[in-house]
Amino acid sequence: MHLLGLPLVVTAQVDLVLVLVSLLAFWTRLSRLSYPNAVVFDEVYYGQFVSLYMKRVFFIDDSGPPLGHMILAFGAYLGGFDGNFLWNRIGADYPSSVSVWSLRLLPALCGSLCVPLVYLLTLELNFSHLAALGAALLLLLENSLIVQSRFMLLESVLIFFVLLAFLSYLRFHNAPNRFSWLLLSGASCAAAVGVKYMGVFSYLLLLGVASLHTWNLIGDHTLNVCVQCVCRFMCLVVVPVLLYVFWFYIHLGLLSHSGPHDQLMSSAFQASLQGGLSRITQGQPLEVAYGSQVTLRSSASQPIPCWLHSHRANYPVRYENGRGSSHQQQVTCYPFKDVNNWWIIKDPGKQKLVVGSPPQPVRHGDVIQLVHGMTSRFLNSHDVAAPMSPHAQEVSGYIDFNVSMAAQNLWRVHISNREAESDVWKTILSEVRLVHVNTSAVLKLSGVSLPDWGFRQLEVVAEKLFKGHSSVLGWTVEEHRYGTSQEQKEREAELHSPTHIDIDRKMSFWAKFLELQWKMLTVKQEDSEHKYSSSPLEWITMETNIAYWLHSSTNAQIHLIGNPVSWGVANLSLLAYQLLAAVYLVRRRRGIKDLPDAVWCRFSCLGCVCVGGWVVNFVPFLLMEKTLFLYHYLPALCYLYVLSPALLEHAHTHLLSSAIQRQALGVCVSAVLLTVFLSYRNFCPLTYGSPELSANQLQGLRWRETWDILYRHR
Amino acid sequence: VSVQGRANFKILRDTSTLRNRKSFPTSAPNTPVSKGQSCPTGNDAQSSNGTSAQFSSRLSDRHMCTVLLVLVVGLSFSTRLYKITEPPHVCWDETHFGKMGSYYINRTFFFDVHPPLGKMLIGLAGYMTGYDGTFPFMKPGDKYEHHNYWGMRGFCAVLGSLLPIFAYLIVLELSRSETAALIAASLLIFDTGCITISQYILLDPILMFFIMAAVLSMVKFNQPFSASWWLWLVLTGVNLAGALGVKFVGLFVILLVGLNTVWDLWRLLGDLSLSLVDIAKHFLARVVGLILFPLFFYVTVFAIHFVVLNKSGPGDGFFSSAFQSRLIGNNLHNASMPEYLAYGSTITVKNLRIAGGYLHSHWHLYPEGVGARQQQVTAYLHKDYNNLWLVHRQNTQSPTPDLVRHGDIIRLEHKETTRNLHSHLHEAPLTKKHFQVTGYGNNGTGDANDLWQVEVCGGQKGDLVKVLRSKVRFLHRATGCVLYSSGKTLPKWGWEQVEVTCSPYLKETPSSQWNIEDHINPKLPNISLSVLKPHFLEILLESHIVMIRGNSGLKPKDNEMNSKPWHWPINYQGLRFSGVNETEYRVYLLGNPVLWWMNLASLGLYLIMVAVASVALQRGFSLKHSHVLMRGGGLLLLGWLLHYAPFYTMGRVLYYHHYFPAMLFSSMLTGITLDILLKSADLLLRPPYSDWLQRAGQLVLLFTVLHSFYLFHPLSYGMTGPLAHEPGSSMAGLKWMDSWEF
Repeated sequence: MHLLGLPLVVTAQVDLVLVLVSLLAFWTRLSRLSYPNAVVFDEVYYGQFVSLYMKRVFFIDDSGPPLGHMILAFGAYLGGFDGNFLWNRIGADYPSSVSVWSLRLLPALCGSLCVPLVYLLTLELNFSHLAALGAALLLLLENSLIVQSRFMLLESVLIFFVLLAFLSYLRFHNAPNRFSWLLLSGASCAAAVGVKYMGVFSYLLLLGVASLHTWNLIGDHTLNVCVQCVCRFMCLVVVPVLLYVFWFYIHLGLLSHSGPHDQLMSSAFQASLQGGLSRITQGQPLEVAYGSQVTLRSSASQPIPCWLHSHRANYPVRYENGRGSSHQQQVTCYPFKDVNNWWIIKDPGKQKLVVGSPPQPVRHGDVIQLVHGMTSRFLNSHDVAAPMSPHAQEVSGYIDFNVSMAAQNLWRVHISNREAESDVWKTILSEVRLVHVNTSAVLKLSGVSLPDWGFRQLEVVAEKLFKGHSSVLGWTVEEHRYGTSQEQKEREAELHSPTHIDIDRKMSFWAKFLELQWKMLTVKQEDSEHKYSSSPLEWITMETNIAYWLHSSTNAQIHLIGNPVSWGVANLSLLAYQLLAAVYLVRRRRGIKDLPDAVWCRFSCLGCVCVGGWVVNFVPFLLMEKTLFLYHYLPALCYLYVLSPALLEHAHTHLLSSAIQRQALGVCVSAVLLTVFLSYRNFCPLTYGSPELSANQLQGLRWRETWDILYRHR
Repeated sequence: VSVQGRANFKILRDTSTLRNRKSFPTSAPNTPVSKGQSCPTGNDAQSSNGTSAQFSSRLSDRHMCTVLLVLVVGLSFSTRLYKITEPPHVCWDETHFGKMGSYYINRTFFFDVHPPLGKMLIGLAGYMTGYDGTFPFMKPGDKYEHHNYWGMRGFCAVLGSLLPIFAYLIVLELSRSETAALIAASLLIFDTGCITISQYILLDPILMFFIMAAVLSMVKFNQPFSASWWLWLVLTGVNLAGALGVKFVGLFVILLVGLNTVWDLWRLLGDLSLSLVDIAKHFLARVVGLILFPLFFYVTVFAIHFVVLNKSGPGDGFFSSAFQSRLIGNNLHNASMPEYLAYGSTITVKNLRIAGGYLHSHWHLYPEGVGARQQQVTAYLHKDYNNLWLVHRQNTQSPTPDLVRHGDIIRLEHKETTRNLHSHLHEAPLTKKHFQVTGYGNNGTGDANDLWQVEVCGGQKGDLVKVLRSKVRFLHRATGCVLYSSGKTLPKWGWEQVEVTCSPYLKETPSSQWNIEDHINPKLPNISLSVLKPHFLEILLESHIVMIRGNSGLKPKDNEMNSKPWHWPINYQGLRFSGVNETEYRVYLLGNPVLWWMNLASLGLYLIMVAVASVALQRGFSLKHSHVLMRGGGLLLLGWLLHYAPFYTMGRVLYYHHYFPAMLFSSMLTGITLDILLKSADLLLRPPYSDWLQRAGQLVLLFTVLHSFYLFHPLSYGMTGPLAHEPGSSMAGLKWMDSWEF
């Protein structure tokens, strides 16, 4: 009864300014999203992964964790993209079956949402709505952010999550005990790191700010410090780590088919993918026995995955540099499946090359001989220098030339992961070293390519030094069957036939996660300079641009060029903040307090977030050796756009005393905003790719000598 | 952060009266504190609270202190100088530094990636002890025979012996505890790695000497404007300059002293009893003592280097033509050649960027996938017959030696391979924005892409091209680009020479300017040329850039096992100084694993202790030793970090011995950490028992150090006979890690 007596009231407060800038943001980022209907710049790179997601084919991309790719793929999925498009060239037209709009929708949405986020972030930093509006406008009218948001690229998604993380953390800080904000902050951090590794630095900054706040809490005797610390730790460390792993869980769950990058992974990982190796290995016997026919894959994935191989060609009697060889049969490592990759495991004590019944498994420490399937030569090593690595021993298929060079073809099996598995040699699972019995050298992939006489295959050597753990020493059995034919002819036929029989094995998620993450961090692509690459110091002054797209017949083009006026404002405010902070600090140190404590606190918090954010998103690039582009600077730039209006407000309220000065500042700010808008309008044709400009107009937009703007000769 | 720091500082001071409250439940809080364990070294302002030895007098303390110091000195010198002449052959990098010492004695110019002071001192030590500079130091393992090599080794060993002594004094100054100082010193005295690296002709003992001396003078420097204050200030400056003068790693200790000075000035700034004038005085004193004076000293070292080395030698080609003309015996010294560039001449062309090479080509093609498969053209720093080019007219061979003028179109033919300098619209191998430059054609016949227009910088049409003195640019006729040296090192296929491209950006930079260095034309008269002698500062700048280039050029080779920074603190792998086989005299540089692992553990322990102490401080308690722990320990931890962390970002090839400066700091930190840990026994036990525990701990520590030294001493003093994995070896059973190679 009591409840019914209450009036049903909805009170809503709507910040109209916020709504307005949001709408403008949506309009600038989302209008005519499907123009140009062609592949633009890095879409060609991310697109191939989107296609692979659609086909659920496994891949490795070392440029970042999978969340970003998955978000792009989700957009494609919503638009009904089936993955059937060949991403091979920038500027290629999309067929009508591809919904370009949906491919680009999610990044554009994230990019638009950054504008209201910046607005709210400024408010949470305890600055006025006017400053918030300023920050939102700077972001709104930044051409480079617009360009980067409107295509299937990841920067806008990264910026969105980073801003969201800071916003929600500051919300929590301003109103403690609302742990849902903290949780959101942790989740956004995980998302930011999941989109690009660069997110790690913002995450660390946030952790730093949070631990500083927590540290101050420790001195507070009125609180239950332990509970607070544990809660914060859970939300900001444990949850993000778990979520990060969860992205991989989805990623691996989605990608269940074998694909082009299989070869980079271990045999066990490959066997867990459908198709590819698992089709071959399905039904192989597990335990390697005397008489088994096997292919041996090197555990090293550098320079290229390969199998132990031999063929009917001998080492040249003399190498080009005059050194001699044994002239015995070549043993190499070959990166393709081939019938010459088959080897037979032989018991040195017996003559037969078939598996007994029951099969007698090979164990750790056993001595074996390896017979090459097609040529029946024994794997041999001796004290002759290897062709390309003269410090190591040559490995050959033994041929008796009657030159008093006895066969040394005994190898001891050393299973390096026998603790984790067992001391029986198992297909795919066991990593084996083959130790030469006579010289105790270890069979090793040197990684060097042989010259023409070795058909450019990779060199295999035996090295005497037994140094720690190294993947170049390990070999795994990949294809395996129990040999049944005693005669050479039959055996050759058998080697040509595919393998059969059945067993099943699974790899745990954690093992797969760790392997994939490790491979992603260590696989290095050959980095070379790109036509539009630039160095970090050039970004501050915007020395370079990037041409994203050029119309196939007209002069219409899209460039990544920032708004030069806003960049100038950002750089100035960065400089001004540092100078001001230095002056304040020195004066406070001398006991002169220019600012009340609350204001000082706000001022230093602004510095921690904005200048700190700029530093952590910029300085690491100075130390990186990879190919860098202007768009890497955009996250750092966003922090400066938050800084500039807040700093102006600070100057307005605390530095300027007379009304005239304040009015003058107001006029200046309006003038600057107007020029920002004008320069935004000016560069719009290069941002949206329309309207088409004449060569003279394009020449007029080339504000810097170093910018590369394309002219089509007609 | 700084606000936070200040707050801590305040609390520290405010709670100083509370210090004894928690830990001494039995004694009254304000018992007069005895200076029991600390040496009276002059500054007692912040001494720690003594806990024992209440009855000892100051006199016997001083006596005790001297005895301990003498003990450290004695042990230190005897461990380093023992078997100093063994083995009597060249070990490891002695082949470089011994050779460079000899160059100073012979006054021959050479090039090295390190600044000259270390090698100068080695040369000086050799000169003083009667070494005549004639031993060639060809390769490791060469027998010294009758040459006097002991002086150079002894000099390094003496500097190396001073390290434990400095460590003792530094830790004593920071912690005021002899126990801590003794632990630190004994860790260094009995470390096999420190002994080995001190006993040979290397830069490391000299470098570490300067580093430790700089730190010692820095911590001693604390009684404003007294005579000793000035002395320590100047000594700090000298040692900083010395450290940088030996190796660029000296920068890290400069950074350490710099940070400490900034911190110190910040503290002074907050001291409101000092006037601004006082602070300005402090500031200026430091500017003079720590910046200007060391700079002067450092420059002086280079001045001596250039004055002493006045003969041409193996390092000439790294430097500009002007520089080379200073060196007696160089072909540019009092050079005589045709004055103006002429057709038909044989020339070498040198790039004008600092440490730019000679235009070079050789019988190798660009590999597949790198532009067109034509002959490579590179820039090469050494003098070589492949640097020679012939100057031709556009097409016809000219019978008369006409002079080349500004604006002329020429063809450059590589003398050895008879290919023409050529460029075309293919991407350059590394600088993708530029075009590729190749050698093309045969016997001088090529195509229109072989034509280059000569342009003298600042010249007009018709000007002659002066050999050595004109800055020349070569503009490609067909594409309009300019011949350019990017300074980037080509990969293995290019023999790690420097890339040459054709740049479409026509801005005049030294990279696109060249000069004609050698000029041979028998048909023209030779004229003696006095090249402009370069200014000293120009030489200084040039040699620095050459050194830095050289350093970053030391890239790890593919098939070499290279050492990673994370290997070092865990003592993963050492370095072979001498000998491999059973029959040879083997010396292996490897830290005493027990001590190194103890250092590693106490780093972790230190962090835990600091965390505990600072949480306690934040909650309002102050533990007894937390000031020493944070101030002294913090300084040493910073030193360790500064000498270790930067290696992770370095692209150059790294070796195990790069860790030794960091290891010194780590050992000193261990001294403080373990001492405070043992002293904190009184948090657990009542006084008599806690004292016993402390003594017992110290004894165990001493025994561990001595016993581990006894076990591993053959690493330093030489092993012969079977290798460690065989029975009967002196190291049997001690190969605890597979990666150790002894």
